[in-house]
Amino acid sequence: MDPMAEIKATFFQECEEQLAELESGLLAMEGGDTDTETVNAVFRAVHSVKGGAGAFGLDDLVRFAHVFETTLDEVRAGRLAATPEVVKPLLRSADVLADLVRAARDGGEVDQGRCDACAAELSALTGIEEAADGDDGMGDLDFQPMAAAPVALDFELDAPAVEAVPETAGWSVRFKPRPELYAKANESVLLLRELARLGEIEVELDAADLPLLSELEPEGAYLAWNIRLRGSASEADVREVFEFVDADCELEVHALGADGEPMPTAAEAELDIAALLSMAQAAVEGAAAEPAAAQESETPEADIAAILAAAQAEATEAAPAADTAPAAASAQSNRRAGEDRRKVDAPFAGDDKRTEKKLDDLAKAAATATAPTIRVDLDRVDRLIDLVGELVINQAMLAQRVTEAGLARASSVAMGLDELEQLTREIQDSVMAIRAQPVKSVFQRMPRLVREVASITGKQVRLITEGEGTEVDKTVIERLTDPLTHMIRNAIDHGLESPEKRVAAGKNPEGAVKLSAAHRSGRIVIEVADDGGGINRERVKQIAIDKALIAADAVLTDEEVDNLIFLPGFSTASTVSDISGRGVGMDVVKRSILDLGGRISITSRPGLGSTFSMSLPLTLAVLDGMVVTAGQQTLVAPLTAIIETLQPKRADVHSLGGSARVISIRGAYVPLVDVGLSLGYRAEPMDAEQGVALLIESEGGSRAVLLFDAIQGQRQVVIKSLEANYRRVPGIAAATILGDGRVALILDVDTLVAASRTAEAPKLLQAG
Amino acid sequence: MSEAATQAGRELISFRVGAQEFCVDIMEVREIRGWTPATALPQAPEFVRGVINLRGAVLPIVDLGARLGLGTAEPTARHVIIVAQVQNQVVGLLVDAVSDILTVTDDMIQPTPDVASEMVRAFVRGLLAIDGRMVSFISLDRVLPERELDHAA
Amino acid sequence: MSKTILTVDDSRTMRDMLRLALIDAGFNVLQAEDGVHGLEVLQGETPDVIVTDINMPRMDGYGFIEGVRSDARCRTIPILVLTTESSPEKKMRARDAGATGWIVKPFNPEKLVDAIRRVAA
Repeated sequence: MDPMAEIKATFFQECEEQLAELESGLLAMEGGDTDTETVNAVFRAVHSVKGGAGAFGLDDLVRFAHVFETTLDEVRAGRLAATPEVVKPLLRSADVLADLVRAARDGGEVDQGRCDACAAELSALTGIEEAADGDDGMGDLDFQPMAAAPVALDFELDAPAVEAVPETAGWSVRFKPRPELYAKANESVLLLRELARLGEIEVELDAADLPLLSELEPEGAYLAWNIRLRGSASEADVREVFEFVDADCELEVHALGADGEPMPTAAEAELDIAALLSMAQAAVEGAAAEPAAAQESETPEADIAAILAAAQAEATEAAPAADTAPAAASAQSNRRAGEDRRKVDAPFAGDDKRTEKKLDDLAKAAATATAPTIRVDLDRVDRLIDLVGELVINQAMLAQRVTEAGLARASSVAMGLDELEQLTREIQDSVMAIRAQPVKSVFQRMPRLVREVASITGKQVRLITEGEGTEVDKTVIERLTDPLTHMIRNAIDHGLESPEKRVAAGKNPEGAVKLSAAHRSGRIVIEVADDGGGINRERVKQIAIDKALIAADAVLTDEEVDNLIFLPGFSTASTVSDISGRGVGMDVVKRSILDLGGRISITSRPGLGSTFSMSLPLTLAVLDGMVVTAGQQTLVAPLTAIIETLQPKRADVHSLGGSARVISIRGAYVPLVDVGLSLGYRAEPMDAEQGVALLIESEGGSRAVLLFDAIQGQRQVVIKSLEANYRRVPGIAAATILGDGRVALILDVDTLVAASRTAEAPKLLQAG
Repeated sequence: MSEAATQAGRELISFRVGAQEFCVDIMEVREIRGWTPATALPQAPEFVRGVINLRGAVLPIVDLGARLGLGTAEPTARHVIIVAQVQNQVVGLLVDAVSDILTVTDDMIQPTPDVASEMVRAFVRGLLAIDGRMVSFISLDRVLPERELDHAA
Repeated sequence: MSKTILTVDDSRTMRDMLRLALIDAGFNVLQAEDGVHGLEVLQGETPDVIVTDINMPRMDGYGFIEGVRSDARCRTIPILVLTTESSPEKKMRARDAGATGWIVKPFNPEKLVDAIRRVAA
């Protein structure tokens, strides 16, 4: 893949992360968090998005991000307080930014009006008027190479621009670095070398300020250079070479006249080269370790070189070594002297206070550092999980064959197999844990949803989340978003009352929706609770009657009425359907949850609110099951649904109504489902006493007893989809492959029991 | 075949079901296996024999004879399973035997005669005359039962 | 022998782009995600030039430069600052903090290489 395209993909991934950080930071601020780090993180998120967007030429995004960033900068700098009136527009802007990012990624359209309105809001907050194209001096917004940077010209000039002479033969440059220049690791040699690329240069070293060796500070700057540059470079080009250092040096640039001599201005008379030379000469003569070269010299460099050569000789004895002499014509860099570690006089040597502060910061940073992580391709993890699944199957097959071969249980082979099973289980658990993710990734999409739905429905809503860290396999996570979205929409649209009604009922005008996740008995339970008006049972019952979903004279318990909303065809009109463009029936939600092997139920208290409760398996990949037979077919019943196993007694089994049977368990009567009969494996009901029964609990807490021919044992099985290549089968959740290599069906306890309840139960009997 | 270069040619795999011969586009065929016993499925149409395990994936077995309205026979008499890709599903087709691989050009495919048969209309794309035998070129798109069942409850 | 450049930036996108531009120009590249990480890398490596962002979590560019300049071993490594903020004040601040020079984001690979050449022997 083209590397830039790959980086662009990375950029969009990173944007998603930044957008999430942005939102959670702003929400924290909305909640009163005033920590500077929170504000900084928010600023950085937008800054990052803007930076990357600029590199890819995403102009719309850059423009908006820039206004947003400016506003956040004001907050960060303390000039704009993060009051609720300020944070709300910031949150809206975060939503707009997210839309712009996704439009840039997927090529869609954004509501330009909304963008502009938001941008205007932000500008109003800061009072800073941004130029129409958001130009803040970010010169090139694309990768086109720029010629000699006019940008550099804007703010670097300390000296007046001497552009007077268009036809100049070149430039005369005086460059005298100050110590700070070296402290920032700039090297005069390199600068002179850069200059040399602009034309022909002659360099004259000015060592006038070079003190006695004994007074030489290794960090000091004593040398200066006078350079003549011949060529067609402009003054801007010349100054650009010194762009980084012009604050740390004395820099003068004069045009060279046609005669090759600099054209001095009055103020610079004393920088006459000749005068410099004599000054240097004087200094040289004053130097202690001066050789006998007192005669006039045409090339001061040679003198200095000689001095320094002598100095070097001394230096080998002297403690602070000034350094070895370089080649004559090149500039001596004082910086080299600075390499002496003993004389650390640099401005940035850590003094005690600073060091302490730094240590504090590092400690703080370490404390908040998370455990090291690595990024892994999801494909690899999926492949690993598949392979481990195969391992489990193979191990089971091996165990089967060993049993069939008649090897004693205590034999070393059998024991070795037990160990193998143990190990395989552990590997599987560990591998599944790799793919387990916290539900946070799904939960964090909800605040924005809540904002939008609240806005459309005119309600005031506060979202509380709990248990975001609860982990679940990626296969489940991916399929949680839609059902949760529907449930939250439903809670706000139907559950919560309007602010006026709430106040009239003595409630806080702002309604609360609580989204929570927790592990419970080997499954994950997710709840969506609202403190609204609860289910209007009269209305629900009437709607169900009107839609012919129940008989007009049906007698139902409260719980049964509540669950009517899950019936297909029940959906009531909703103000929120425009968001998704389609109806948001609860039956759709229930279907999704059932498809995941989960259960959903609702409890409601009039006037106080409703709670939807979903229970889902932790993974769609493996299942602890009980292997059973019914009508000569081998099936698997999920262990989590099973409360206990029973041996039915004839006396406990009673007929009720036509063909239905119930069984008495500790005094209570529970429906008995003959599974072999229900699934059509047998034409006749079986004698309950001949079989085994499993007491199970299905959705809504109701109980039933499943009757089987026999129980074969407990096993952890790998779940294989039946629907992938076939279709959904009522009563069946999925399939698995047993030790003998054959497919066994995994029961869907809820639909099995539900089907047996209705009058249509006989339909299940037809095997086609 | 040399004509293949000038006209669009395709390869078909032909097989026998009962007394009739059929063929499908070889691009749809993934592999050919012997018969293994299938696990029965509740509420399955008559032509669905159950599901088998194909290297870890669960595959439905469709008795093609039954599907095409030719009547069912004892599964053990059917010897071959053609594993085919039908849109995004993988299916096993139960047939008597695989005959041949044919390379045909489009002009060799005759339009389906207008006969009173639902099955023909649903599945047959055209007829081929090969060595004096009639081979029906069939489409697999509808070989599986409909996905959505009526909700019982 | 090609030079080694240490790039410090919390944005993965930016790190990838820097790496691409630098490797194309024949440099070796070391990378770090923020100031703290950068200082850690410098414990074990001595690059020829450092290119760092300013806005980073845990330790920003200024803190990082300070840290580098106070470590005798790394003090003399040229540091180029990546900045989208090209105002004079920000440049001054970078300079005062000890930066050797700067590169404006979005960066042009040629200018990046030029700037590196300008500060590295």
